Amino acid sequence: MTSLLDTLVAALLLVNLVALGTSRIGTMIRAVSLQGLLLGLLALAAHGEVSNRVLLLALASVLLKAWLIPAVLFRALRQVAIQREVEPLLGLLPSLLLGALATALALAAAGRLPFAEERLAPLFVPAALAAIAAGLILLVTRRKAITQVVGYLVLENGIFVFGLLLVEAMPFLVEVGVLLDLFVGIFVLSIIIHHINREFSSLDTRRLSQLKE
Amino acid sequence: MTGLEGPAAATGGLLLLFAAALLLAASGLPALLLGWRSARGEGWATLLAVAGSAVGVAGGIALLAAPGPSSLRLPWLLPGGVAFGGDALSGFFALPVFVVGGLGAVYGSAYWDLRRHPRHGRRLRFCYGAGLASLVLLLLARDGLTFLVCWEAMALGTYFLVVTEEEKPAVREAGWIYLLYSHAALLCLFALFALQARIGGSFAFGPVPASAPGGLRGALFLLALVGFGIKAGAMPLHSWLPGAHASAPSHVSALMSGVVLKMGIYGLVRVVGLVEAPPVWWGATLLSLGALSSFFGVVFAIGQHDLKKLLAYHSIENIGIILLGLGLAVTGRATGRVDWVVLGMAGCLLHVWNHALFKSLLFLGAGSVLHATGTRELDRLGGLARRMPATATLFLLGSVAISGLPPLNGFVSELSIYLGLTRAALGPGAVWVALAAPVLAATGALAVACFVKVYGIVFLGTGRSAAAEAADESPRRMLVPMALLGGACAAIGIAPGLFAPAVDRAIAAWGGGVAGGARWGAFVPLAWMPVAAGALLLLVGLLAAALVPTVRRARARQPDLPTWDCGFVGSSPRLQYTASSFAELVTSRFGWALAPEVREPRIEGIFPAPSSFHSEAGDSVLDRLLRPAVRRVEALAARLRLSQQGSLQQYILYIVIALAVLLLLSLRPGWIPGGPGGR
Repeated sequence: MTSLLDTLVAALLLVNLVALGTSRIGTMIRAVSLQGLLLGLLALAAHGEVSNRVLLLALASVLLKAWLIPAVLFRALRQVAIQREVEPLLGLLPSLLLGALATALALAAAGRLPFAEERLAPLFVPAALAAIAAGLILLVTRRKAITQVVGYLVLENGIFVFGLLLVEAMPFLVEVGVLLDLFVGIFVLSIIIHHINREFSSLDTRRLSQLKE
Repeated sequence: MTGLEGPAAATGGLLLLFAAALLLAASGLPALLLGWRSARGEGWATLLAVAGSAVGVAGGIALLAAPGPSSLRLPWLLPGGVAFGGDALSGFFALPVFVVGGLGAVYGSAYWDLRRHPRHGRRLRFCYGAGLASLVLLLLARDGLTFLVCWEAMALGTYFLVVTEEEKPAVREAGWIYLLYSHAALLCLFALFALQARIGGSFAFGPVPASAPGGLRGALFLLALVGFGIKAGAMPLHSWLPGAHASAPSHVSALMSGVVLKMGIYGLVRVVGLVEAPPVWWGATLLSLGALSSFFGVVFAIGQHDLKKLLAYHSIENIGIILLGLGLAVTGRATGRVDWVVLGMAGCLLHVWNHALFKSLLFLGAGSVLHATGTRELDRLGGLARRMPATATLFLLGSVAISGLPPLNGFVSELSIYLGLTRAALGPGAVWVALAAPVLAATGALAVACFVKVYGIVFLGTGRSAAAEAADESPRRMLVPMALLGGACAAIGIAPGLFAPAVDRAIAAWGGGVAGGARWGAFVPLAWMPVAAGALLLLVGLLAAALVPTVRRARARQPDLPTWDCGFVGSSPRLQYTASSFAELVTSRFGWALAPEVREPRIEGIFPAPSSFHSEAGDSVLDRLLRPAVRRVEALAARLRLSQQGSLQQYILYIVIALAVLLLLSLRPGWIPGGPGGR
């Protein structure tokens, strides 16, 4: 059982790095989709017995994160007809290295944080921190609106892993709320992407700085 | 209705005041809904405002007559509940709201005619009614949160009244400064009521016991002083006031000066009244603030060239006199002197009424002048006593009242404060309190000088502009409210005994037994006031009767010729005294405080070129202190703009840095209680 969890978490960490290291937007979306699937499996595997709540959570996660949202993003991608993230603010290799560094730091930091949950925390906390860090790196270094969305998704996945840790303590409503929030967020963002593209004929978020005061 | 408690008269008064607030709030709606072409909305607005005011006056009198306070709890309205209540203090402060508000509405129907002001007439009427309603509810609020809500409603309502003529840049600037000051006051009040809730355990107004920590009580007092002092316009905190009063339509100026400022006084009186056994330094602070406001208020007033700004500075002076009374009362409470409490508080409260009456009268008079001539500049007016005799007579009445001369009402309240200060001078105890008496005397003298200047420049002499020469008397709908206000000034001045019961009840409601049932009449010879007033009037009448034949004979002997002009041909109205030249004697003494901006021509040669002299006294606190300070802060803040590049990525980077710092901090041993380092 522990080896399965180990494998899943390791895969999660690797997917982070894939998302950070590729310039193809399609690959990034696929990576996030894969991450959604892994999260669903993780939810099932984390707690010995599978209760209805966990099953529902895993299903919703897989459905939304692995299928629906990537589908919406792919559709947006086809509309705007771009393939690659060119000229990121930070090169691919440096951001990959930064991601690796963040993962290492997360592993180091997790050991020092106080958690009540003794069994899963050493495994989940670094994974969550690493995913959050990877998401933030994506958000900070990428320019296209669509890659920003991907960064946001990775960040959200990290928070989801944290949520798994607290699944017993966290009210069901909060989880559903988080998922709904995510869904609405992506929905709105995809609409915004469409409009940014129409208005500026580009998805470069630097153009948005024209809106500043 | 559940939660309504108290004696029948008090509950009735409370409900009447609610009804009045409802009528007033609704008074502007018909005009809003009927569209700008219809003049019927105006009739409705005036009718509803007058009806609301009449109901409110009845409610206020009922509260003053009631043997005890009433309360109304509405636990369902807000989390934490909403508490209203009515006592004699609320009733006392509510009466001027209705008198000035109702008469102002009648005046406004002619002064700010909907047909002549289609752009802002309807909004003005709506905000006027809503503002009045918020004032009433403010007086009835009995817990901190409700008070704050009503306070903010009042601040916003009056802000929109001030910026009625929003198309003028000066009006917008005055409104902006007023809004900033209002919010600064609100911040102080937030802190004040949070502190009060901490001491008392809930937001409901409850006594602050003497056992509470002295530091907390001191902070409570200082917050109240600053928060309410801003609204009242006490001296170093007054800079919003002259601009706001001058920019608003005149009946709104009357309301602002006569009533809205008093809400600051009400708040201060109410909060200080909650505190048991206040320390002596509170009274000393109030007395010094009052002395500062009254003296420099009138000094600044003398330097003004703008009729309404001048009146606005006189509001600061009168707020100072009110604060002197309050300071005397608080000192009396701290030292256990019942006579100081009664005399000081009576002076404070009665001056609240008096100032509301005579200052509204003066502002309405100034509005009348503005209406007829289109200018507030003193140096463009003159000779209006012949063109507008009724306005001139009423303005003179108001001037005598505000100068604190008998037999009008300003004298009565100032006399009460004087008597209290004299008792302090005779000792035993805090003799230093009497130091306020010379300040009050100097203030009164300067006020007389100032109103001699105003009346002389505006109403006597000959007109200094074509507009002043062509002025016409105002319509009756503007004169009647002024006449009623003047009548009230005279009534309080001649027979103050009639109003003594109201003052006694309000003092009892404030002091909560500290006054020990002592009555104002026990310390002031109220019964002799009508006699003295009658004797004075008789004397003046006899003197006039004796002089009239002499003047007539002198007139008959001499032809009506222009003043001898030293052989200089071509005399013009500009040869008369100007506002600045008249005031020069006083303003030159106080150049260090007034800091007037003077453009003086250099006269050279035997035949100098035509040149002009100009002097203008701005607001020293605003222009010399606040504006430079704000500019410096702005320059410092401009450096922060570097961090605002409008780039999304950059903003997220800031978040990341903040998160990383927090994470690193949390890893430091011992930082989180129970964390790894804490174990």
